[in-house]
Parts: sequence; structure tokens; C-alpha cells
Amino acid sequence: MSTARYIKNEKDQILDVILESGIHIKPVYTPKDLEEIGFSYEEDLNDPGKYPFTRGIHPLGYRSRAWTTRQYTGFGTPKETNERFKFMISHGQTGLNVAFDLPTQMGYDSDDPMAEGEVGRVGMAVDTIRDFEIAFEGIQLDRIGVGLTINAVASIILAMFQATAEKYGYDPKTISATPQNDILKEMIGRGAWIFPVEHAVRLIGDIIEYSMKVMPKTNPVSVCGYHIRESGATPAQEIAYAFLIAFAYIDNVRERGYDPDDFVGGFTFNFNVFGNIWEQVAKFRAARKLWAKLLRERYGVKKERNLFLRGIFGGGGYGLTKAQPENNIVRGAYYALVAALSGAQTTALCSYDEAYTIPTPHSALISLRTLQILMDEMGLRDTVDPLAGSYFIETLTKQMEEKILEEMEKIEKYGGIVKAVSEGYIQRMLARQAYEIERGIERGELLKVGVNIYVEGEPKEVELHEYNEESARLQIESLREIKRTRSQSKVKKALNELERATREGKNVMPYLLDCCKAYCTLGEMTNVFREIFGEFEEPSLF
Amino acid sequence: MEEKRIKVLIAKPGLDGHDRGAKVIALALKEAGMEVIYSGLHKTVDQIVNMAIQEDVDVIGLSIMSGAHIPITKKLMEKLKDMGIQDKKVFVGGVIPSKDIPKLKEMGVEGVFPGGTPIEEAIAAIKASVKK
Repeated sequence: MSTARYIKNEKDQILDVILESGIHIKPVYTPKDLEEIGFSYEEDLNDPGKYPFTRGIHPLGYRSRAWTTRQYTGFGTPKETNERFKFMISHGQTGLNVAFDLPTQMGYDSDDPMAEGEVGRVGMAVDTIRDFEIAFEGIQLDRIGVGLTINAVASIILAMFQATAEKYGYDPKTISATPQNDILKEMIGRGAWIFPVEHAVRLIGDIIEYSMKVMPKTNPVSVCGYHIRESGATPAQEIAYAFLIAFAYIDNVRERGYDPDDFVGGFTFNFNVFGNIWEQVAKFRAARKLWAKLLRERYGVKKERNLFLRGIFGGGGYGLTKAQPENNIVRGAYYALVAALSGAQTTALCSYDEAYTIPTPHSALISLRTLQILMDEMGLRDTVDPLAGSYFIETLTKQMEEKILEEMEKIEKYGGIVKAVSEGYIQRMLARQAYEIERGIERGELLKVGVNIYVEGEPKEVELHEYNEESARLQIESLREIKRTRSQSKVKKALNELERATREGKNVMPYLLDCCKAYCTLGEMTNVFREIFGEFEEPSLF
Repeated sequence: MEEKRIKVLIAKPGLDGHDRGAKVIALALKEAGMEVIYSGLHKTVDQIVNMAIQEDVDVIGLSIMSGAHIPITKKLMEKLKDMGIQDKKVFVGGVIPSKDIPKLKEMGVEGVFPGGTPIEEAIAAIKASVKK
């Protein structure tokens, strides 16, 4: 989809291009443009691997290491998911990213009436540590990094992951998990929130504090501009809000008496890749630079490696269309190019059938192959930051930097990110922007191939993943079996201790770990939190 | 004579939190002159039906992206029937494969708007259904 607005004359000649972030693109860029913006190689770029890391965090980029491929995977029972993990790994995937079903994301057990119809539908169902034992059976947890796309109950799921790793004989110090663990973005978009802001942020702080001590190779937070962008944000807002959210989490841990240098190195980001190709590349380069600068200026972070903006740049969901679905394969290839030109550490693509349902093995493999073709055939590993020095890209990168700062300032003037999210200020603004984008598509101002230009008749049906109701039945049966056979006294004791620790404001992680080991269910642990914390009250749309 | 203002409840049933589409359609219907109530996320079918009764809406629009549109809509239609409320027009939008559209219509759903449906088409369908 074209996201920039084009002013054309009657001969289809372009008179002006206005990017989503509000920047106008000129027809030609020359050395004069760099002069005008006061461009300095040392200050604005520097060599790759050197502050401010605009060109990348590694001196040799993809020469030293290709990106990690991490398709979002999970459905049905843990056994089915385990088989799919192994399928993707056997085809050369180098990381995992676990998709959980909605009951798991919302803290309900599979046998809860709230879970009806949703068990195993959009991800893997999880009730107890038994499910994790099955899902990660035969997977080398000290070798492969595991993304856990979980937020409201990230603390419980991370504890379950640790307990599973220990059960399989791994030292927690050697495992590299990345729980998404970003609740403020759930409140802006995606919507898998449970607890009120204050308590939800405390749980995030608990995870960060605990990880730095017990699982130092784990990245406790992956701040997601991604879903903010999916909800209607411009690329500049995507980065600006993600940074402000990251600062809110940093502040929580700092208030516990830690130096940001002790833990910010574990922060990672998840950003989106659809939209105008130049604007995205400039966005990532500007973001890398700004993150390093802001951590230094605002938090006095000293260690160089703690200033690295690391992340998964990928997805592109909103850019894909239901019409002419195979075109999404082509879009995915361009999105992957954006990620590679931007120096992504990790990447993944939405599959071409995701406007219909979750991917089939066939479509997931096409996404993986798209990423592999780029790295192995096209020369994207040849040299670091190949667009550096372009009059256009460097001007745009600098302009994006200013736009991101402007967007941050607007929220800080409003009273900060927590206030802006709690009161629905950002949500209302993004809903309005999303509405304007839909209008733009309908008026033909924003072009979407197959939707408002080059339209073909009836959309063709593609081979789709079929939801298997039998999986839900099996999952519930297995949960009932565990509930019958576990030690009830151990369960009760562990839950009581979790409750006490939560009320007393202690770090909940060690208590969750005990609960997981006692086969407490996800729902039981979540209910302890629900009782004490209550639920987030969604601000009004109008 | 002035036309009666159409009152619509845009509802997000179940656990799915993807609300871009629901919010966009809510804003669009409002702009089109309708009175719009937005349920917010994670509502049960019972909560949605109660809201529809309390607000006395003409139309209920369900937005479902998780793939659970069949069981959720079935439950809602049964509940409306049980309570003897059959004057409300029900529309379903979201990630809906074409093969499920006849199933939803059989349940008594007035119209289905899969992803990519033009807003104007949705507005026109809602207006036509209320006039019936």
C-alpha cells in the first residue's frame, strides 16, 4: 500500500510526495542538502559499531552474522506446535517465536467458559508447565533464542519457561528467552491487557529485575512499536511511543535502586516494515541513533553495548491485502529488503494468507525462504549499511530523527506516556488516523494494488489453515488429568505464597516459579493477580 | 419528515483485542450520522446483548478477528432469540473466510463485512437493513 501522499498533475507526473511522518520528498538530492542539514559523518553516522550506531551495532554487520529468522509460530496443542517448531528449524529457521492462543494471552485456562471457541485457535494453548515440556521437547534451549509473544501474563509464562528449561537440565543462565512483556503497547493496540497500568508495569519491572540476576541472557522486554503502527501510527510515532514506553519501564526498575547500566542492555524492540521504503529505512537508522543518544543523555548509560538498539524488524501485517493474496508474497520480499537494508538483528514476515487466518506450513515456509533468498542469494550480507552517504537517505534520516523527537515531545507535554495511554489520548488519536487512512484508500489517494487499483473480480480462495476442534478437546482433557493427579497441597501452598508476596510488593518471579513447578495452572496464577490488582478500565473511544 | 437516527452498537466479543477495524467502522458510522456506541474489548455475549437492550440499538455490529466468528455469532443469535429480541439487525465484520459467510447468514446475520470491505458499502447495507 502506498502510505505516502502523492500530488500529481493531469499527466500523472508527481509534483510532491508527503511521507506519513509529514516530510516532503524532493525530486533530487545533492551535496547541498547535506550541507543544509549540517551533516557530519562523525556525529551523525560514524563507522558501524561506533556511537551513535546509526550505521548498525556491529562493525561488520551481516558479514559477522546473518539475521536471526523467527517466524511467529504456534497453534492447537503443544504437541502440534512442537512439530511445527521442528519443521521450521529443519528448514533453516534460526530462532523461535511462540504464538499463544487468546485464552493463554488473557490468563484463562482452556476449560474456562471464557476460553470457549478460542482454545488453540490463534496460537498454542498453555495451561501448565506440562504444556511447555511438550512444546519444547527436543529443542536445544541453550542454543536457540525463544521469543514468547506474551504480555499481560508474561511473568507467569517466563517462569514456566524457566521451570521447563531447568527440568530439561539447562542452567537458566544459558537460556535466551525474549518475552514480549510490553503491556503499554497492548493498551494502545492489540488489546491483550488484563491488569491496571500501575500493577501491569510493576510486573514488567519484576521480570526485568529478576532476569538480570537469574537469566542474564534473557531479553526481558521487547518494546513493540509494531502494534502501535498497526493501529494507525505514523513511523515517527511508532518509534517515539516505543521509546517513551521503554523509558517508563526503565524508570520503574530505576526506582528500585538499580543503575540503568545494569539492565537496559536487555531491552529489545519490535518494529514494523510496511510503508514507504525510504521512510522505513530512515526510521530505523534514526531510531538506532536516537536510542543511543537518549540513553546517554537521559539515563547516563555508560557501557557502549547497553546503547545498542537491537530488535526484530519485520511483519508488515497492515500492508498485506485479502485481495489477490499471492501479491503478499511479493510485498513480503520488499519488506524483508527494508529490514535488511536497515540492519535488523532478527526478522520475520507475516505470511501471505494471514488476512484469512494463521499460516499453513506452506505459507510459513514461503516467508522463511523469502528471508533466506535475500541473505543467501542477493548480496545483502556483502557490506554494512549500504545506503549510507546517500544525499537522500542521510537527509531523510536526519529529518526522521527530528520528527521522532517532535512526537515524543507532544506526549511529554500531554503529561507523559502513562497518562496518555491511561486516558486514551493516544488510542483516540490513532483510531482517527486509521480512519483517515481507510478514507484515503477509498478515495484512491493511497494506492493499494488489488484493492483500489488493478482490481480483479471475485477474490480467489487460498488453501487455509483449518482450526481443529479436536485439539481443544484434547487440551481440556489433558488439563483435567493434571488437575486430578497433581499434589493439591503443594498447589495450595504455592498459590498462597504467591498471593502473600504479591500483596507485600515482593518480586513475584520466584513465587511464580514455585507455582509452575507445582503444576499450578496459568488461570490459577492469573486469578491471584486479578483478585489483588483488579482490571484495566479501557478509556472511551469518543 | 426527518429520518430516524440509526443507533448502532459496535461490539468486540470474546478475547480478541485487535480493534482497529471496530474503531474505524465506529468512527465512520458516526460520521455518516448514526448514533454509535462502542462496547470496548473482551465483552461476553451476555454483556453485549444487555448493552444492546439497555441502549435500545437498531443494529449490533460484531468485530471478530480471531477466527472464532462462528461459535461467537451462534451464541449471540441464540441469546437474542431466547430473550425474544429479534428486531435488532446483526452484522459481522473481521477476518471472515468467504466460505463462512453463508453459515453466518443462515444463523440470521443480516450482513457480513470481511476485511477489505469498503466503508461506504457497510454504511449502505446498515441503512438499508434498518429501513426494511
